Amino acid sequence: MTFHITVDGRPVPVVPGQTIGAALHAAGVRSWRTTRFGGRPRGLFCGIGVCFDCLISVNGRPPERACLLEAEPGDEVSTA
Amino acid sequence: MTSGAMPHDSGPHGPEPYDLVVVGGGPAGVAGALTAALAGLRVALVDSGPRLGGQYFRHPAVPGRAAGLDRFLRQARALDARADVLLRHQVWAASREPDGDLLIHCATRHAAAPTRYAATPTPNPSATLRDAGAMRRDGGAMREQAGATHRDAAAAAGGAAGAGREERAVVLRARRLLIATGAHDRPLPFPGWDLPGVLTAGGAQALLKGGGVVAGRRIVVSGTGPFLLPVASGLAGAGARVLGVYEANGGLGLARHPLLALGKAGEVAGYAAALARHRVPYRTRQAVVAAHGEREVEAVTVARLDRDWNVTATHVVECDTLAVGYGFVPQIELGTQLGCQTRHDVDGSPVLTVDATLRTTVPGVWAAGEPVGVGGWRLAELEGRLAGRAIAADARTAGIHGTARTFRTAGTAATSGIASTADTSGIASTADTSGIASTADTSGIAGALPTVDAEPSGAPATSGVPATGADVGGARAAGAGVGGGGVVAVVPPVFARRRERWRAFGEALQRAYPVKPGWQGWLRDDTLVCRCEEVPLARVREAQALGATDARSVKLLARPGMGWCQGRICGYAVSCLAGEQPQPPRRPIAQPVTLGALASLAAPDDHPAH
Repeated sequence: MTFHITVDGRPVPVVPGQTIGAALHAAGVRSWRTTRFGGRPRGLFCGIGVCFDCLISVNGRPPERACLLEAEPGDEVSTA
Repeated sequence: MTSGAMPHDSGPHGPEPYDLVVVGGGPAGVAGALTAALAGLRVALVDSGPRLGGQYFRHPAVPGRAAGLDRFLRQARALDARADVLLRHQVWAASREPDGDLLIHCATRHAAAPTRYAATPTPNPSATLRDAGAMRRDGGAMREQAGATHRDAAAAAGGAAGAGREERAVVLRARRLLIATGAHDRPLPFPGWDLPGVLTAGGAQALLKGGGVVAGRRIVVSGTGPFLLPVASGLAGAGARVLGVYEANGGLGLARHPLLALGKAGEVAGYAAALARHRVPYRTRQAVVAAHGEREVEAVTVARLDRDWNVTATHVVECDTLAVGYGFVPQIELGTQLGCQTRHDVDGSPVLTVDATLRTTVPGVWAAGEPVGVGGWRLAELEGRLAGRAIAADARTAGIHGTARTFRTAGTAATSGIASTADTSGIASTADTSGIASTADTSGIAGALPTVDAEPSGAPATSGVPATGADVGGARAAGAGVGGGGVVAVVPPVFARRRERWRAFGEALQRAYPVKPGWQGWLRDDTLVCRCEEVPLARVREAQALGATDARSVKLLARPGMGWCQGRICGYAVSCLAGEQPQPPRRPIAQPVTLGALASLAAPDDHPAH
């Protein structure tokens, strides 16, 4: 039983209980932000909420850790 | 009638503090909380995750099968019936009130989390069906299903888009605190380590255990320590092609793995068989020293290493994912915030100093599991139980001595929604004999504890505590903390011996898998040392040339460790580069917290406050 979130306008399937980060990773999306100075791509690294590499804005809210935040139906994220 | 989470609720019938707040929902935290709850204490357990389990027992919403997981889930359900389990709560600080109580400051985005209005909750209009389904109300106390079955049923029924995820503050007041915050991976920097597709070993494991997601298709595993084995065999078993496990230490190979000498032959054989079945090569004295790629990792450089980890030869392996880990960093900042004494573990990690009853040097504060020294989940669970017993004894002593604070007995606890111990037998019957049934006897032991009164609770027990990790001697240190007979009542010799054995085992593993200095030669001038502030090695060296002789000065001059993660990721490496042992963290805030959450504390009349 899966639902979908929207990533850059594209539907990405989610198994209930999965985090945003896990859903993105499973869909082959492995980076979703760039760093302030070097513009380097970042995605999951520590996977458990310690490193903050995976910050992502969901539904226009301030950035949160994708590895901790559980996806909910209808969530919209952007990797731009 | 309330969850007890409202220290700022100043009504004449304001809630009493919890007898115990446990931070961390892994094996140590759950064992400690359950043991104390079964003894009749009023307990809350706080964890940042959506489910109990911590790292080792991390499991998906619909749990699969894993060694020990069934038993853990039974404990989690038993705890859920007897304590307030607050999931998705980040603890960002712990502090001491003038009256001696401890405040545990949390932030949560969980729409239905208890607030200071929990006694007469205002329905949050944006709360989702899923959140509503996740909460039960028993006698006014708000609980969350640890087994997550409720929640998942509701989620399956279809939740609304979550708009109610603004962060809010929740403050718990407690007489006692158990720090069971576990540990996180200890990475080392190397060229390309910030490329997407490079994960910590624990990160790859968390993806697999928690989300059922295999980190990649062609995966290289590298680093040091026994943890690489379950990570590699888990990934291979889940369908990834694991191209190799590169262990920087140990020139002996799996057939003479240090685990064998420590009585873990079965475990090693299991991993060896799994790796052989999937044709995964296990190479010692080799490690990934660089990752290559444009937007993602596309290949890694694997090096042969000498004893000190200097590179002697290299070859390139094409892959799409690298999982890398060099041991663990115990998470101890709640303890250091409260002034707990620390020591350096065998591998140099700062850990909290505890006595045989797991009591720290600060009154009312206990710690169990990795924060007192990395040793694995079995040790963590045992220590959690021992801490729970000691805490129950302390609470009972406080009650016996008729202090101003009455120890909340099982009977009164029931009125606040905590199940009474009268149904303890029910627990024992739902549990297997090795786990909960033996914790269930805690209430009996706690009942026989008038002997534990040799010292006022929380007298610092430093004199007998080993100064170095080389001396396991928890039992020997015990006399300093609790009177002789009392220690035996709280920590029976059989448990003390078992703890000593497992602690020794953990320390032996740390000795077998040290981090050798040669890794510093893997870095180039432009290799990022700090990922958050994007500080390359050259800037660290520059700071040192300017006179920064210690890690703290390097940090102040070049900013490594001053970003989002507060040095959790690069702190160890920066210490090594500065030529010193890692120092205990000085973080007034253990987790970033939004200004909105802080504002919600300052605006008691608004709900929600922002």
